[in-house]
Amino acid sequence: MSQENLYGEISDAIVNLNEEKARELANKAIGKNLNILNVIEEGFGAGIRRVGELWDAGEFFLPELMRGAKIMQDCLDLLIPHLQGGIERKTLGKVVIATIEGDIHSIGKTIVATMLRAYGFEVYDLGADVPAEKIIDEAIEKNVDIIGVSALLTTTMLGQKKVIEILKKKGISNKFKVILGGAPVTSKWVEECGADGYAGNAVEAVELAKSLLHR
Amino acid sequence: MPIIKPKVQLLDNEHKKLIFDEAKNILETQGVFIENQEAIELFSQQGLNYKEKLFYIPPDLVDKCLESVPNEITLFDREGKEHISLKDNQVHFDPGSAAIFILDENTGEIREANSNDFIKFSKIVEQLKYIEAQSTALIYQDVPKDAQDWHRLFISLSNCHKPVVTGTFQKDSFSIMREILLTCRLSEDDLARKPLAIFDACPSPPLKWSDLTTQSVIDAAKSMIPSEFVSMPLAGASAPITLLGSITQHCAETLVGVVIAQLAKRGAPLIWGGSPAVMDMKHGTTPMGAIETMMINIGDIEMGKLLKMPTHAYMSLSDAKIPDAQAGFEAGMGALLAGLAGINMISGPGMLDFESTQSIEKLLIDNEIIGMVKRFLQGIEDYGSPFALDILKDFGEKEELLSHPSTLKLFRKELFFPSSIIDRKTRDSWKKLGSKSARKRAREEANKLSNKTPIKPIDESLAKELKQIVSKYLR
Repeated sequence: MSQENLYGEISDAIVNLNEEKARELANKAIGKNLNILNVIEEGFGAGIRRVGELWDAGEFFLPELMRGAKIMQDCLDLLIPHLQGGIERKTLGKVVIATIEGDIHSIGKTIVATMLRAYGFEVYDLGADVPAEKIIDEAIEKNVDIIGVSALLTTTMLGQKKVIEILKKKGISNKFKVILGGAPVTSKWVEECGADGYAGNAVEAVELAKSLLHR
Repeated sequence: MPIIKPKVQLLDNEHKKLIFDEAKNILETQGVFIENQEAIELFSQQGLNYKEKLFYIPPDLVDKCLESVPNEITLFDREGKEHISLKDNQVHFDPGSAAIFILDENTGEIREANSNDFIKFSKIVEQLKYIEAQSTALIYQDVPKDAQDWHRLFISLSNCHKPVVTGTFQKDSFSIMREILLTCRLSEDDLARKPLAIFDACPSPPLKWSDLTTQSVIDAAKSMIPSEFVSMPLAGASAPITLLGSITQHCAETLVGVVIAQLAKRGAPLIWGGSPAVMDMKHGTTPMGAIETMMINIGDIEMGKLLKMPTHAYMSLSDAKIPDAQAGFEAGMGALLAGLAGINMISGPGMLDFESTQSIEKLLIDNEIIGMVKRFLQGIEDYGSPFALDILKDFGEKEELLSHPSTLKLFRKELFFPSSIIDRKTRDSWKKLGSKSARKRAREEANKLSNKTPIKPIDESLAKELKQIVSKYLR
């Protein structure tokens, strides 16, 4: 099988949401000692882009989009340890994401994290009920580009503002873009907090993250 | 009495039993997330082990707690007069609660609300004939965040005598809200005997009871104030995609509330409620107007009725952004189905856009819908036979039946009379009056209603007492 054929098969496996096949092909690529970066970009990357196109065309629904993203992520986890000699995979950017302290709602945040990963971001999902200080410590340690903070309650929303206030106090607010999410978040709230944007759903979140980093 | 009490049913007895048993099995084997200190103590006293924030609740404890839940709750108005009962298949409505936006009926703009919006809203609810309870329907931004929950209770009770569905956004607010309620009663006992407010408690799906929600249930139980559980599994996202799976999860989450409340205070009044939804798989939203959302609601309610508890659901809402045709038919279908399911407290009128936006125009249209639903629920009456024969004999003489004694005697009983919001004029007279849509007619009615004298004006000394509480706590 030529490399091009293998890439095509990988891409098809993603579009067909065939997890077993996708993993099998990932392992095959590792076994054959192929250029893993190319396998990721031209095989898996091409597949997830097609999934995105099917979504845009209205043929795929969220469960298909999420499943595709999940298979993609699992395969990346297999492949990345085998990246050849010091090459680092270029991602669209690094994101730390969490639901703020006092709030145990995690579903929206988790969907956004999965989608960002699928579209090529490196995502650190800290879970729910995370203190502002911890989100910032993690952002500094992982040297991320974007901090995503979710809140579902009008009361816990204040924690979103706190993240930005702490960043300002530390004099590092220009180092990160801060994006907000959650049902009660509005553009007015984003402005009031001094955040860089918010998204109404996971697909918009990907667009927002890309545009903030000029990707 | 009607010939047949109209009814809708989606589950058979076999499935109700399967759901109930599986829900208890879930609590015993999957465990439930609890982080509230008082609840941890209550569960530990029962000898339950606490591991990684999870309690595993044995079925016999659930059964024991269910035994002490009252089968009915009677709500009293601000002045302490008996108002409505949540029991059997009695159906009552209250406006959808805690909207974060209002659709301004004068500008057509969806915006954040201020306290004047909620004053107007409460005054209008006071006037509405078919909406028997009020709710703290709007979250407004011109009070400090830490007053956003309890301040609404002050405004609602200052402007409307009807019992109120409310809730806390933070633990400290419960005592302030109880103090507000106590101004309308002689003592704590009097408040317990004559409940004025229901506190919503929303577990987080799947199977998580937050500190705030748990504390609200415990505090309310101790004061014998009714708690209304609002479990909200999101089918396909935070709950199984199958309607049956979502109903089972709702049952499990709600049973936890029963256990918490009954451990805190045996006999505490509770309402089996919910706000489930299916996820829209295209937009990632939570459509309240989806037919499957309504089906899950009805299934949830049938479980509550099996357990002989008063029931609640979020129905007669719409996901439209304005009171358009979609808003009308979604609210209409929801209200009628909710009525046919015999839900005791139906929250939803006025609500648009996934429980985020209240609209006074929609509220008034929904009030008409509810009037019709209530008429439907009265069913078809048998006044004695022959049903038509004798009357038709008389037709021969007069060639009309409008002046017939039976018409005069029964037309007010047989027919529902809508307000002018529902158009039943001829086309010509509709044109002459400006060819107005239902929305426009509702808007005009809103402005009339908000200027009307209250049906039950608040006593001056009570109004003063309420204001004193506000000045004590408003920072």
